[in-house]
Amino acid sequence: MNAIETEKLGKEHRTGFWRKRVCALSQLDLTVAEGEVFGYLGPNGAGKTTTLKLLMGLLRPTSGDARLLGRPLGDVRAKQQIGFLPEQPSFYDYLTGRELLDFFGQLVGLDRSLRRERVERLARQLRIESALELQIRKYSKGMLQRLGLAQALLNDPRLVLLDEPMSGLDPLGRREVRDLLLRLKSEGRTVFFSSHIIPDVEVVCDRVGILVGGRLVAQGPLDEILLARIASIEVTASQVPPEIMGELDHLLVTRPVSRGEQLLLTVRDEGALAELVARLVEAKAAIHAILPHRESLEEYFLRHVEPREV
Amino acid sequence: MTVAAIALNTFREAVRDRILYAILIFALVMLAGSTILVTISVGGEVKIIKDLGLACISIFGTLIAIFLGIGLVSKEIERRTLYTIITKPIHRYQFILGKYLGLVLTLLVNVAVMALGLLGLAYLWEGVSSVRLFLAVLFIFLELMLVTALALLFSAFSSPTLSAIFTLSLFVAGHLSGDLRLFAARFGGAVTKLSAETLYFLLPNLSRLNFKDQAVHGFGVDGGSMGLSFLYAIFHIAALVLAAMAIFERRDFK
Repeated sequence: MNAIETEKLGKEHRTGFWRKRVCALSQLDLTVAEGEVFGYLGPNGAGKTTTLKLLMGLLRPTSGDARLLGRPLGDVRAKQQIGFLPEQPSFYDYLTGRELLDFFGQLVGLDRSLRRERVERLARQLRIESALELQIRKYSKGMLQRLGLAQALLNDPRLVLLDEPMSGLDPLGRREVRDLLLRLKSEGRTVFFSSHIIPDVEVVCDRVGILVGGRLVAQGPLDEILLARIASIEVTASQVPPEIMGELDHLLVTRPVSRGEQLLLTVRDEGALAELVARLVEAKAAIHAILPHRESLEEYFLRHVEPREV
Repeated sequence: MTVAAIALNTFREAVRDRILYAILIFALVMLAGSTILVTISVGGEVKIIKDLGLACISIFGTLIAIFLGIGLVSKEIERRTLYTIITKPIHRYQFILGKYLGLVLTLLVNVAVMALGLLGLAYLWEGVSSVRLFLAVLFIFLELMLVTALALLFSAFSSPTLSAIFTLSLFVAGHLSGDLRLFAARFGGAVTKLSAETLYFLLPNLSRLNFKDQAVHGFGVDGGSMGLSFLYAIFHIAALVLAAMAIFERRDFK
């Protein structure tokens, strides 16, 4: 069974005096298998939060449908097995961390002893033990994020949906969240999270979906998506006879760069690479490295955003 | 369990709000102050205490009902605290019911404190406990429950400011709707009569829940009319809370 399945899921908001339609999400077809860590990427305003809100029943779709853990949207039995962290979570600030988690524990139906045990364990894991007795209005942004993660895991969920879990955290905190995601995966849970921070996503995700302007433009392993479009290939060589340089010129996209003994040659694609390597071997030059330069996620976003804005 | 947890948390929020104490202390001071009026008045005595006491409970109770009621739902949306609540395995209507009952519990405690003060004072003066006074307080509490339900309904779809305006207007109109009918019966033509009658049936008639005069002046209380008023209040409260649930059920939280 798939943890998340959406079929042509869409949301239009009506805004302003004339109730003008604004499309926030359009025809989303997404499948996330159980046990997978799925990164949902996209620039600001792409519709990531809208998607998560639709999945969690905070918004109602204007078209299409979706199922979580095989059940329709908003189903209470499905929510029993789902943990959710909203973007920049906000909690009752008159409560202490412990009171809040205890209250949420009641909402997910845990009895008193189980609540106490889970709250202690999660506070330890997320390093908020020392803040448990503190009123939430005194929490820092990072502490709030940790508290938000703790409440999302309170019901021992099979599926965890996190909206920008790493925002507001310092590098150390980010790393901790990354480790947490990996641990959730090793425990067999499905994780769906949105982010625009690429290195965080690369390490933990099995697959990613890339959302631009309310449309899913790609879905699959990140490597495949980005490698599918190689921007250039760098070849590091030495002992290149100067007389063949002239013949190589038409293959290169930039002027050769010399680094001490070595020469950095950049070609556009595999065809040019084959020819270059053949020439170098023929001339008995030494090849040290061949490095494909894949497109960065930023470049990918830009390539998809720009035509739409024209 | 879910509804109880939400209700108790709503109660806890109110209890931790300093405003509530300010209102309560002010009300108790007013109540105590009414004894001074007794000493400078000729005759009347205990009537003044009862009259002012009941007015105090009604006014300060209404203040609490409106000012906490208008934020019950809208504040949760504005502060986004709602997002982590209704995504838990609960139904939306449970949230509404829990919020409502939480404020009703808050009112119950406040009215109980003020009523104890009033009943105690009356007992000190008269030497007998007054059942009528107790019944009058009970109906004030029913009225507060109704006003809270009104505030809840508006809170489910509009901002706190608008909710306050709507609730206050309906509160005032609700106290005058009985007069509206009388006015139409005495002066109006057919059209005036019809529109006044329609308005009368649309607006909650809050004066039906007013048994203050009976308590203060010791008029006889008609059990049947009291029973009907009780049902009238319960019916209105249920309808308003159900309407709030229906509206909240369909809302989008952007």
